[in-house]
Amino acid sequence: MAKLIVNQEKITDIDALIKICPFGAMENKNGILEINASCRMCKLCVRRGPEGAVVYVEDEVVKVDKSKWKGIAVYVDHVEGDIHPVTFELIGKARELADKVNHPVYCLFMGHDIGHRAEELLHYGVDEVFVYDNEMLKDFRIEPYTAVFEDFVNRVKPSVILVGATTIGRSLAPRVAARFKTGLTADCTVLDIKENTDLVQIRPAFGGNIMAQIVTPNNRPQMATVRYKVMTAPERKAEASGRIIHCSIEENRLKSNINVLSVTKKQKEHGISEAEIIVAAGRGIKSEKDMAMIYELADVLGAEVACTRPLIEAGWLDSKRQIGLSGRTVRPKLIITCGISGAVQFTAGMNNSEYIIAINKDEKAPIFKVAHYGIVGDIYEIIPGLIENIKRVKEA
Amino acid sequence: MEILVCIKQVPGTTKVEVDPVTGVLKRDGVDSKMNPYDLYAIETALRIREQRGGRVSVITMGPPQASVVIKEAYMMGVDDGILLSDRRFAGSDVLATSYTLSQGIKKVSNPDLIICGKQTTDGDTAQVGPEIAEYLGIPHVANVRKILEIKDSSIVVEMDMPETVEIAEIKYPCLITVEKDIFQPRLPSFKKKLETRDREVKMFTLQDFEDRDEKSYGLNGSPTKVERIFPPEVNNDRRMLKGNPEELRNKITVKLKELRFI
Ligand SMILES: Cc1cc2nc3c(=O)[nH]c(=O)nc-3n(C[C@H](O)[C@H](O)[C@H](O)COP(=O)(O)OP(=O)(O)OC[C@H]3O[C@@H](n4cnc5c(N)ncnc54)[C@H](O)[C@@H]3O)c2cc1C
Ligand code: SF4
Repeated sequence: MAKLIVNQEKITDIDALIKICPFGAMENKNGILEINASCRMCKLCVRRGPEGAVVYVEDEVVKVDKSKWKGIAVYVDHVEGDIHPVTFELIGKARELADKVNHPVYCLFMGHDIGHRAEELLHYGVDEVFVYDNEMLKDFRIEPYTAVFEDFVNRVKPSVILVGATTIGRSLAPRVAARFKTGLTADCTVLDIKENTDLVQIRPAFGGNIMAQIVTPNNRPQMATVRYKVMTAPERKAEASGRIIHCSIEENRLKSNINVLSVTKKQKEHGISEAEIIVAAGRGIKSEKDMAMIYELADVLGAEVACTRPLIEAGWLDSKRQIGLSGRTVRPKLIITCGISGAVQFTAGMNNSEYIIAINKDEKAPIFKVAHYGIVGDIYEIIPGLIENIKRVKEA
Repeated sequence: MEILVCIKQVPGTTKVEVDPVTGVLKRDGVDSKMNPYDLYAIETALRIREQRGGRVSVITMGPPQASVVIKEAYMMGVDDGILLSDRRFAGSDVLATSYTLSQGIKKVSNPDLIICGKQTTDGDTAQVGPEIAEYLGIPHVANVRKILEIKDSSIVVEMDMPETVEIAEIKYPCLITVEKDIFQPRLPSFKKKLETRDREVKMFTLQDFEDRDEKSYGLNGSPTKVERIFPPEVNNDRRMLKGNPEELRNKITVKLKELRFI
């Protein structure tokens, strides 16, 4: 048990102490300091307040036996057997972590008619692939998928489970975490492992302005999700290694209250989320017809066009092309922002791009804080000539 | 029909800073608002009520001030609001939050349908919904972008999956998380504000729950621990160029070549 204890007699200046709390969790009740439900246990009052005024006490808790949990497991994300590339990225990471603590790498692959696809995983450095192939697992439905996951965890006892932060992963991972009453850290950007097998999980917190390092010190398995294109996939090896283990589970555990009525393939759209190069337009564009130069620049670069929210509100582009907090997150190799100020709500959706070129005539625009290459200038004077330049280079 | 919507109060600004000396978060606790994604969940619930009748309640966990977002929900037309507030909930991670909410839900109602927003603007990525469903032992579906049919004992929804659109029928009780383009949320109305001025917000603490063990909640009930917080690495190889347009566009061209984009 951990809690804060207030020693009223050690408080010299009650109002000064109250000011320390960034969450407004301390109150002066007729000269008595009280901590209310706003407290986030940040312990700032403990560290910065008068010595001994607020103390943090922790009782001994029953420790989990970490040596009983071995292996780094990766959930194989797929749609009808087509393995999502995030899976290979996670296998690469899993191998790296596993080698540090001398653990094996496992894959959990469930679905219907997937047996022959499992072979492919053996080319990426996996020790064992556990395959659950059952007709009732044809569509992703939460209860049977969780039941299989549970079966796998109880059977293998992996120390760490990595899941791609895909639509399915985001739904499945928390369900499994709650079943095992264990920790789950979403959208990790950096993963490492300590000697004692604690997974070090780093992720942006509070909208991306701050990074947090998170551990799950006393629960196993430890679960983390990672977005696509955050880790790098290993090279495919020509020869296969490791083995496939076919598993079965009683059918009565695969029952579901969900009935999938239809699954329709969407038209493959050229979205901005997957784009490698993006040209993004902002309010620096004066009128809709001027979007033509943006489209042309995108065209010569083989890029997708995206924009800020005001242009969506003006109805110039489809809302699927909005980058930002209330739009999409992109992580292209290159993004060129044209006439965009760089409000946090916008940059939250693009500041992990590999290379950012910003063109803006106001040198104080916040976009220049995130740009690698900041161009202080007028888009109307730069872009048309730039298009010509690029054309010339390509022809040469 | 009993519909329950899980909502959350989030900081109104994204301006958060790390104190360089202590490594601790500095944030104004005052400026906060309803998580914008939750508005879509409330709207969905209200539309279903318009069709089928019943009651719409909202539930939130947070400090006493979080009752503001419940009042806001009242102004949109929500019937009931529940606030789970206790100092011992402090420091909850996803698991502890979901557990607390599931305990609160068990305490107050027996909803046919629970609706959650897609995510929150302060960092959560929609894990709370699935975890609540697990604790309540009910099925859930995520990414719902359309409600196709509301039947007596089930609901038919359309889900937006990465490569497919899926239509599924889920029996009650169940939990769904909705996408933000499902419905345009209505604005809070002044008339409702007057009407609901005296409507109470039901408050519950740990003492009201079935599980009163402090170890299940807050920091103690949270398997994950934040070891440290730190500012993100700033982009060091940053360059800014000024000059005439001719020079500038030539420099961009050279850069694009160097990076092998052309
Ligand atoms: C809750 C919330 C969520 C939001 N979500 C999003 C979101 O998801 N995405 C988003 O984009 N916004 C979002 N916003 C809005 C955001 O705060 C900004 O208002 C918006 O991003 C600004 O867009 P902009 O940069 O195109 O326009 P402005 O801020 O008006 O910037 C235009 C820029 O163009 C420059 N400029 C003008 N003319 C020229 C020229 N000829 N040549 C070069 N430069 C020129 C100006 O110097 C200026 O910096 C959100 C806001 C809120 C409150
Ligand atoms: S631990 Fe942090 S949030 Fe809690 S009272 Fe102390 S300073 Fe405030």
